[in-house]
Amino acid sequence: MSEPLNAFVLLANFVLVPAVAYGSQLALGALGVTLIYGILRFSNFAHGDTMAFGTMFTILFTWWFQSMGLNLGPLPTALLALPFGIIACAIFVLLSDRLVYRFYRKQRADPVIFVIASVGVMFVMNGVVRFIIGPDDQNFADGERFIIKAREFKQITGLSEGLAIKVSQGITVVTMIVVVAALFWFLNKTRTGKSMRAYSDNEDLALLSGINPDRVVMVTWMLAAALATIAGTLYGLDKSFKPFTYFQLLLPIFASAIVGGLGNPLGAIAGGFVIAFSEITVTYAYKKFANYIVPGDWKADGLMQLLSTNYKFAVSFVILLLVLLFRPTGIFKGKAV
Amino acid sequence: MIGSLRNVVYFLIMAGLIVLVGQMQSWNVALSILNLCLISSIMALGVNIQWGYAGLFNVGVMGFAALGGLAAMLISMPPVKEAWAAAGSGAFIGFLIFIATAVAALLVYNKLAKGTLRSTLVMLIVIVGGVLLRIFFDPTTTAIEKVNPAATGFLGGMGLPVLLAWPVGGMLAGAVAWVVGKITLGLRSDYLAIATLGISEIIVAVLKHEDWLTRGVKNVNGIPRPVPYEINLQNAEWFLSLCERLGADPVTFSSIFVKLCYTILFATVLLLILWLSEKALRSPWGRMMRAIRDNEVSANAMGKDITARHLQVFVLGSVVVGIAGAMLTTLDGQLTPTAYQPLRFTFLIWVMVIVGGSGNNWGAVLGGFVIWFFWIEAEPLGIWLMDVMTSGMATDSPLRLHLIESAAHMRLMTMGLILLLALRFSPRGLIPERTQQ
Repeated sequence: MSEPLNAFVLLANFVLVPAVAYGSQLALGALGVTLIYGILRFSNFAHGDTMAFGTMFTILFTWWFQSMGLNLGPLPTALLALPFGIIACAIFVLLSDRLVYRFYRKQRADPVIFVIASVGVMFVMNGVVRFIIGPDDQNFADGERFIIKAREFKQITGLSEGLAIKVSQGITVVTMIVVVAALFWFLNKTRTGKSMRAYSDNEDLALLSGINPDRVVMVTWMLAAALATIAGTLYGLDKSFKPFTYFQLLLPIFASAIVGGLGNPLGAIAGGFVIAFSEITVTYAYKKFANYIVPGDWKADGLMQLLSTNYKFAVSFVILLLVLLFRPTGIFKGKAV
Repeated sequence: MIGSLRNVVYFLIMAGLIVLVGQMQSWNVALSILNLCLISSIMALGVNIQWGYAGLFNVGVMGFAALGGLAAMLISMPPVKEAWAAAGSGAFIGFLIFIATAVAALLVYNKLAKGTLRSTLVMLIVIVGGVLLRIFFDPTTTAIEKVNPAATGFLGGMGLPVLLAWPVGGMLAGAVAWVVGKITLGLRSDYLAIATLGISEIIVAVLKHEDWLTRGVKNVNGIPRPVPYEINLQNAEWFLSLCERLGADPVTFSSIFVKLCYTILFATVLLLILWLSEKALRSPWGRMMRAIRDNEVSANAMGKDITARHLQVFVLGSVVVGIAGAMLTTLDGQLTPTAYQPLRFTFLIWVMVIVGGSGNNWGAVLGGFVIWFFWIEAEPLGIWLMDVMTSGMATDSPLRLHLIESAAHMRLMTMGLILLLALRFSPRGLIPERTQQ
């Protein structure tokens, strides 16, 4: 009788929990992209590498704290280093705005020029990251590894399938909720947040009513840097840090932002979960699950995997195309097509 | 007039640099740089057609070049008979399903009116076709990959002359560009950029993982050449007598001779494409394209179908990139899926176009030469620079070792900086677009 329960736990362990964690990371990344899009009106190709950049500084501070013996007990030291990573990332991003984007903003250049410039910035950031920390994998997670271990879960419940929840996954979800709550409070309740939304809705009217555009842009970049660093650090804690992986995250992040509607923060969060769940459900091998669910002696032959994990970014791409085909403004209405 | 004189000087300087490499390093090195310069110029021309003529931002140059490379392999490699035997009817059924899916999708697309129904149906057909293909074709792929995996393990190609692959590679790239363009053009310009980024990643992933088609990371070696092999030359009567007359060493000269043959081939293609591009740019079509680029609203008001023209120019540019990709694989003599890196195949080409002069074909060609030359020569230069800069430190200092080791990553940063600087301070490039007074 426990077979359906086992099947559910199996699915929770390999699909639900990882997808929620991955979805939270994507949502945070997509929020950054969507904010930049809403205020500065271009797709920031450097966002993946901004994540890598912020994460790199978080890692460097983590190592420094570890060498001094500072830690948070069961929690990873990286959480302590995170604020410093955010500051370093924000400084670099503001510098890049001052040196690169501001010029085109004053010129009122075409959005595509901004996109190309952001590709240039992406290069430079990628180069800096590889130069400082190298192109290899870095593991910087410490503290406890699991909230629930698979074996403990089996002992407690008496099921034959275990459910493991990693600390990094728990932290990811909690952080995501806190950050999103704080961001929405900021955008909806504070004066600066309101001026940002006004600027995003109608630039000319916002300028007429005395909103300082430089300040809005500066706050936007700082928020984007903070979101990117948090998303990158959480992803790095959950998986591992490798500069090239962060470049590849660009596609799912863009897909999330577009699915939800570019420029719409709520949409970015929904989009992140849509992409994460589709990616993981499509690439999961359902063999064991089918064996639990189907009654009798029937055994699945083959892995019952819809798509090999090698093509996982094809999932974000297909969803992106579907959205562009049917609803180019995204699920939640985003900015103009 | 001043302008054209300056352009001639640019090209003369470039020629001088290559001759200098020939004198200082060796003629072999100089010619291999020249050959890759020629191919890079063709790729840059393709991107220039998209960006310079129409303002389309294609971030997937890598994917289209990889499709060209795939075509070169599929056309020229001899078929692996054992693998075809092992595949048996599976390959045929797979092929049938593939064709049926494509035909059905195209039929629905052409017969039905634009709308949600049509898009849904096309998507459904593609998905059902994909699932059927997996069910029927998966056992076949395993069988194919089991055939002598160390040497073959793939279906091979068609065994046709490799030169045929160049136009085929172009067509393959053009077909994919059509699909991507059809979906994303007409929407915001950013969407095309993001979609091309995605499709190129997927194409390269397919090349890397579909072993039955491309041997994946095991690479396909020994793609037949369109030019003679060195070893045959060294045994040929006429070649030896030629060497004697020139007083050259047959071994060195044979390799130079082969490279020269490639140079002639590539230069012919480059000149042909350049001539066609110039013709197109000066034609009413070219003027229309520039009118659309410079002011979409007024061009639209004049009755120009902007989305259709964008699609046309996007496909044309991708065809040129595909041709260049096929040429590159022909020159390498092997298909190496892992070699397709976005930095090398997408962004480097972009730097070429921006630095050379967007909108000007000669500019794109010059950019191709300059940037490739710089790219190749920058590596030894970077290592030397790091060595000099760190010479004050102890030889075993970890910082010095780290810095020297990281010199290779400086290329990324340098390319990014060049792109940003060119975009900011010289957005019209070395050879600016010519505008009629």
